[in-house]
Amino acid sequence: MTKRAVCMFCVGAFLSCIIGFIGCTRKAEKATGITVWHWMTDRQDAFNQLAEIYEKEKDIKINFELYAPSGAYTQKVMAAAQTNTLPDIFGILGEKRIFASFIKAGHVADLTEEMDARDGKWRGIFFSKALDVNRFLSGNQFGVEPGIYGVPIDVTNIQVLYNKALFRRAGLDSNRPPSTWKEFIRAGEKLKAAGIPVLVSGWGEIWLIDCFASNYAFNIMGKEKVVATIRGDVPYTDPDWIRVFSIFKEISEKELLAQGVVTMVNKTAEQIFANERAAFAFNGSWCVNVYKGMNPALEYGAIPPPKISDKYPMAIWGGAGSSFMVNVKSEKRENAVEFLRWLTTKKQQVFLAKSTQNLPSNKYSLAEIPPILAEFADDMDRTTHPGILPVAEFPRVIESFNKGIQSIITGEKTPEQIAKEVQKVKDREIKSQRLER
Amino acid sequence: MKDSVLFYKIEKILGWIRDHFFLILVSLSCVFPLVWMLSSALKTQATVFSDMSLFPAHPQWGNFYLAWTKGGFGIYFFNSIFYTLTVVIGVVFIASLAAYAFARLEFPGKNIFFYLFLATLMIPLPGAFIALYVLLMKLHLVNTRLGYILIQINGGLALGIFLLKTFFERMPRDLEDAARIDGCGKFGIYWRVALPLAKPAIAVVVIFNALTVWNEYLLAMLLLSNKSLMPLQRGLMIFQGAHVTQYPLLMAGITITVIPIVLMYIVMQKYIIAGITAGAVTG
Amino acid sequence: MVAKERFKAIFGNYLFILPALGMFLIFSVYPFFKVFQLSVFQWDGIMPTMKFVGLSHFKDILFRNPTWWQSVGNGAYITFLALTFQNCLAFVLALLVDRGIKGGKIYRVIFYLPPILSGIVVGLIWNWIYNGDYGLLNYALKALGLAGIQRAWLAEPKTALTSVAIIHMWRGFGWGFIIMLAGLQNIPRELYEAAKVDGANKWQMLRRITVPLMIPVFVLVSILTILGCMQIYALIVATTGGGPGYHTEVPVTRIISSMLGQSQFGYACAMGILFGLILLTASMIQLRISRRIKQE
Repeated sequence: MTKRAVCMFCVGAFLSCIIGFIGCTRKAEKATGITVWHWMTDRQDAFNQLAEIYEKEKDIKINFELYAPSGAYTQKVMAAAQTNTLPDIFGILGEKRIFASFIKAGHVADLTEEMDARDGKWRGIFFSKALDVNRFLSGNQFGVEPGIYGVPIDVTNIQVLYNKALFRRAGLDSNRPPSTWKEFIRAGEKLKAAGIPVLVSGWGEIWLIDCFASNYAFNIMGKEKVVATIRGDVPYTDPDWIRVFSIFKEISEKELLAQGVVTMVNKTAEQIFANERAAFAFNGSWCVNVYKGMNPALEYGAIPPPKISDKYPMAIWGGAGSSFMVNVKSEKRENAVEFLRWLTTKKQQVFLAKSTQNLPSNKYSLAEIPPILAEFADDMDRTTHPGILPVAEFPRVIESFNKGIQSIITGEKTPEQIAKEVQKVKDREIKSQRLER
Repeated sequence: MKDSVLFYKIEKILGWIRDHFFLILVSLSCVFPLVWMLSSALKTQATVFSDMSLFPAHPQWGNFYLAWTKGGFGIYFFNSIFYTLTVVIGVVFIASLAAYAFARLEFPGKNIFFYLFLATLMIPLPGAFIALYVLLMKLHLVNTRLGYILIQINGGLALGIFLLKTFFERMPRDLEDAARIDGCGKFGIYWRVALPLAKPAIAVVVIFNALTVWNEYLLAMLLLSNKSLMPLQRGLMIFQGAHVTQYPLLMAGITITVIPIVLMYIVMQKYIIAGITAGAVTG
Repeated sequence: MVAKERFKAIFGNYLFILPALGMFLIFSVYPFFKVFQLSVFQWDGIMPTMKFVGLSHFKDILFRNPTWWQSVGNGAYITFLALTFQNCLAFVLALLVDRGIKGGKIYRVIFYLPPILSGIVVGLIWNWIYNGDYGLLNYALKALGLAGIQRAWLAEPKTALTSVAIIHMWRGFGWGFIIMLAGLQNIPRELYEAAKVDGANKWQMLRRITVPLMIPVFVLVSILTILGCMQIYALIVATTGGGPGYHTEVPVTRIISSMLGQSQFGYACAMGILFGLILLTASMIQLRISRRIKQE
């Protein structure tokens, strides 16, 4: 009987505990100050420090709320948009089309006026490429009112990195990295002969393939023709596009890729390069921070992808890394803008660049960043990004394009076959778009 | 005669070796990742993928302390234990009631209801995340413990009902009949006879649900915004950035989070085996 | 009066499922309804307006989306391997441990470790095992003198899917193991003793007693295995990302990529419904077969 009494007591205590616990937290305390949603886990510490400084200076509390991984963040923002519960400041992940929808649905403030105020003083501090991603021009295909809708807080670009020590081991001059495709192939073959895997990259995440391919597309056929292709005026079966596809066939047949690159996650690729198991990597400027942690002694340099043609300039994929948007419905819009202005001043940008090793979006803070980051930064003017082109390719075409390249690398299909397949998808998308109108 | 005894003995030993060889092989594959995780937790970011030894020369025990403080595990730990307990109790109680009805009681529409529950297991709900948020918003349950708990109880029900129903159906009916003759009501039979007999199956339901709740983070990210309400997995997010992953701290963090669930399993798996004897005593 | 008694009894029976039904009505019906509703609309997940498109999403998926069918085929392949190899392994291990073998307690704990392990650790470990340049598997093959079949296991069209399936099975057998172990506990020991008296050997006891009595549990485990192919998303993302090409795409990866990658929520919901129907059919077939076996 006593056992039973004890048991009952425990259950009762537990139940009342639950009820009390749930009851006391039912009313979520309304956050004072400005709330910022972001997904950048690795910057949480730096953000919190900045928030502290800001609170001391301006007496306004900034709550940086972190939601990760990015898939969960995307859904959180979408769900909040549906219920009109977005925070004062938030970031948007994904293509420009998604960004456009957020604007058209009336969630994002147009910051053009603030940017242009006082002779464009605020606007002037940014890399122009960083602003382009957040800008909608008049007559854009999404039907968005022209303007600037976001504040870039960092920039990024993707380049080719080479390991100087491995270069020397293979008998190559570590101060003369390849600048043309031919030189790259020659260097690759020498490295391979020395038993060193050549190029590693996270091509299992297909957007990295997309970057590599579009760089060469710009180099081979020029921006105009790429845009014309996206518009539907030039087919993917054009010889120039076949040439782009053939690059992948060539490096695969000559075995200039580290094994397993086609399905590799980029974090694995970074491990491999950091531990000197491959001589080249194709990776973004964020890698500086990654390599620094994994192998502080790693001796490497950053170069633009070796060009294959002299006809057109080589493009580098890049632009704004991450941007913040201001909620148009926020009651604290003025304060939010003021905070973002503060966040992008030189002092704060240098702090962010130093503590997170990302490229600052404020071009005046470049002088104080580490040299390897500067190697990335000096090519910012040559960057391009799907978000700054006047037209956007259909997502399904992009997918079949990149997956097709994977099949070329594995030797399953030829460049010609893939070109036909991609064009078939493109034709279908164009047709269904016409039907919609 | 002597030979055949010897032969029998040899055969027995050979069989024993064969069984254990197989079992140990499988066990090794299961234990290896755990050992790797532990040893990675004791390395530094620079050595985690370059030093492949399982016993690092300079173990960084401080990683565990760092992971605990940097991840802010204190409050998360408490939250996770609370969520796991409440969800598991809720699922076991509600699912076992329903499962017993589906297995033993008669009422119109029984099959339809059962397949309805089963169907919730089948359809992956891609658009449901946003719908769920909208729904909880209307119920004023966003950013509350209650909302997070109820959604998870609901999520565990279908599997629990299906599993327990299978086990209730397999139980011999005579014990229940005896109880009925003794004047036990329907609820009494369920509570005093069926539930104790189903201990192994309930242990399985507890193990499954506890693991799911313990590892849950997507819903937490969607529904909760107060840091003080977040579960343990939120602490781990700090170590795995979009670009930089702090592997040793992440491994240390995972090790910390995995210990309670392993302990829970060690306790619960006893009931899987002990079930039958306990049931016999009740009878 | 009798009718009233009957009504009371039935009402009492309903009380048992009432809590579950209540939860279902509050939390499952609306999202369910929403998914069905969205499947006939074109919606990007953000705009307040959506466009009604009727059944055209379904038509498109069924007749003009070969990659969807490839992903269904891949999912079926993985599930088939899991149904056979994974569940056989789980059953054999459960039998061995149930027999009261020495160290059974320790094995019981160890076999459930893979499901407990974090997906992050699983991804890291298996990426290392399968790596082409310095992977453990290639290392072992070389030591065994089989250097000829070394490769980057996750990157080749021929081996990628099976390699992923092996990780999935390794991760999943623990679930089946504990359910079957619990199932074996329910078999009365007297049956075995009686059979022993009759002179039956171990093999006969297994065939005549254990297997027939375990059939409902086998069905349960099989259906859970079929449902398990919904959980494979994280594993694919951590290892192959669906590549090379479309060789390791499964329905769930297709659904998520059309929802978040291409922001076609309506299309993704339609895929989800079709996938659900496939799973439902597969489970129904399982239940039917088991009922027929039971009747025999």
